[in-house]
Amino acid sequence: MPEPILTVAGVSKTYKNGPTALGTVDLTVNRGEIFALLGPNGAGKTTLISIICGIVTPSAGTVTVAGHDVTRDYKAARRAIGLVPQELATDQFESVLATVTFSRRLFGRSGHSDYIEQVLRDLSLWEKRHSKIKDLSGGMKRRVLIAKALAHEPQILFLDEPTAGVDVALRRDMWKLVHRLREQGATIILTTHYIEEAEEMADRVGVITGGKLLLVEEKNALMAKLGKRQMDLTLVEPMTAIPAALSDWPLTLEDEGHTLRYIFDAKAEDTGIPRLLERLAQQHIAFRDLETRKSSLEDIFVDLVGERA
Amino acid sequence: MNLHGIWAIYRFEMARFGRTIWTSLATPVITTTLYFIVFGAAIGSQMRGVDGISYGAFIVPGLMLLTIFSESIFNASLGIYMPKFTGTIYELLSAPLSPIETVLGYVGAAATKSMVIAMVIFATAHLFVDLHVAHPLLMLLYLLLVTASFALFGFCLGIWANGFEQLQIIPLLVVTPLTFLGGAFYSLDVLPEPWRTVTLFNPVAYLINGFRWTFFGQSDVSFALCVAVTLGFAALCLAAVVTIFRTGWRLKS
Repeated sequence: MPEPILTVAGVSKTYKNGPTALGTVDLTVNRGEIFALLGPNGAGKTTLISIICGIVTPSAGTVTVAGHDVTRDYKAARRAIGLVPQELATDQFESVLATVTFSRRLFGRSGHSDYIEQVLRDLSLWEKRHSKIKDLSGGMKRRVLIAKALAHEPQILFLDEPTAGVDVALRRDMWKLVHRLREQGATIILTTHYIEEAEEMADRVGVITGGKLLLVEEKNALMAKLGKRQMDLTLVEPMTAIPAALSDWPLTLEDEGHTLRYIFDAKAEDTGIPRLLERLAQQHIAFRDLETRKSSLEDIFVDLVGERA
Repeated sequence: MNLHGIWAIYRFEMARFGRTIWTSLATPVITTTLYFIVFGAAIGSQMRGVDGISYGAFIVPGLMLLTIFSESIFNASLGIYMPKFTGTIYELLSAPLSPIETVLGYVGAAATKSMVIAMVIFATAHLFVDLHVAHPLLMLLYLLLVTASFALFGFCLGIWANGFEQLQIIPLLVVTPLTFLGGAFYSLDVLPEPWRTVTLFNPVAYLINGFRWTFFGQSDVSFALCVAVTLGFAALCLAAVVTIFRTGWRLKS
């Protein structure tokens, strides 16, 4: 039985004399899972995270973290949370060790701890512990922010656009780190507009746009439910138009008539493929190659957000 | 009480002070020396004392407060403004710290810095004038109250400010003129009417006179009134800070 670690109930945010940044949102995240909040820029992802972490005051609703109300019992709730912000906001003149120790103390823990060394080693920062933050690369600064967020041993880690603006190698390192943290028992909530990131890491996905949470679903179930498959036939002779005999199938011509594309529901009992291949043979339409692929999370995301736009 | 959190802020702020320790201390020493050269040796030698106190000694409390007001405001306002400016305020707002704990960290550090600077000015003054403090313990307590009050005021200023120039406006255009006009370098009794009465509406005059009383046991207005005004100013600043945190004004959206 999954144990909820985060419960968001009826939370909304409307800025004074401004737009509604967040409609009424209900969300539950379970202990130990990786949850990805997907949405385009300005969708309300950061607003939602900021409300949970105490940075933004909600207009309505309640948030509970590890059983503690973030308003009434804010100290206990905040001790359970680590936040890695989107912006590289750091104290440039502090050393890595000093700033991570500062974060640990700020959250009520003693600064003398082997845990800090472990975190810095895990993030490949131990050798740089005496370096000033201003002397680090952007990628290393991002790691410092993660170390600061982990410094007080939080139960739940928020990563707001963790790989925005970082190179591919570092992105892969971040993904490995997130998986490692989960293995150690942490709950991870990340916002991203990189679909690949959610596809790679998340157990569950929430899609948010225009301040509304459109859906929350197991990633694999979402891809199975909303995913489509695509079959491309590379024709021996290019076509200028689809023959009337093939009008029973929703076919399109691609690649200047060299490719016949068929998009079908992968879960349907009758995909229509055997009959299509049979009809092609009857019509003497030859093909030299056949390729199928399933739609990605990105395709699903674009469909979902596009429908609402 | 999140003692580790308060200590973290305090240490962080004191580390910033440590990075600029020489300029932080050299500036008040040089300024005090210049004041003593001008007002003590050059002009002061031509002036008679005030109620039996040499003019050089008379100006020491005002001179100390002139620097302490601006240092307390500057350090506390910069302390809270910098996280807003660099974006690191997110960490402070998401930390398990109560408003009182946050203020204790920032204001405590700003007050400590001001106390250190005040002692440096005091020691520098000894090089120029013969100085005996009538009520040393009261002097320290009063100084602590003043530094804490102005650090609270600076904290509010740092939250209000939207740019570095706004951090300078109040100290330059309000606090420094009020200090000069509040009897930092003269006794209120030498002012002709109606200016003496007008000066009594300047709250800084009470702070200076109260502090001067701890040095010499005498002042232009009663010590009790001076303490009451100083406590009132501290309470006003504290109330402003509590209101800011309760409403999240300029801190939370």
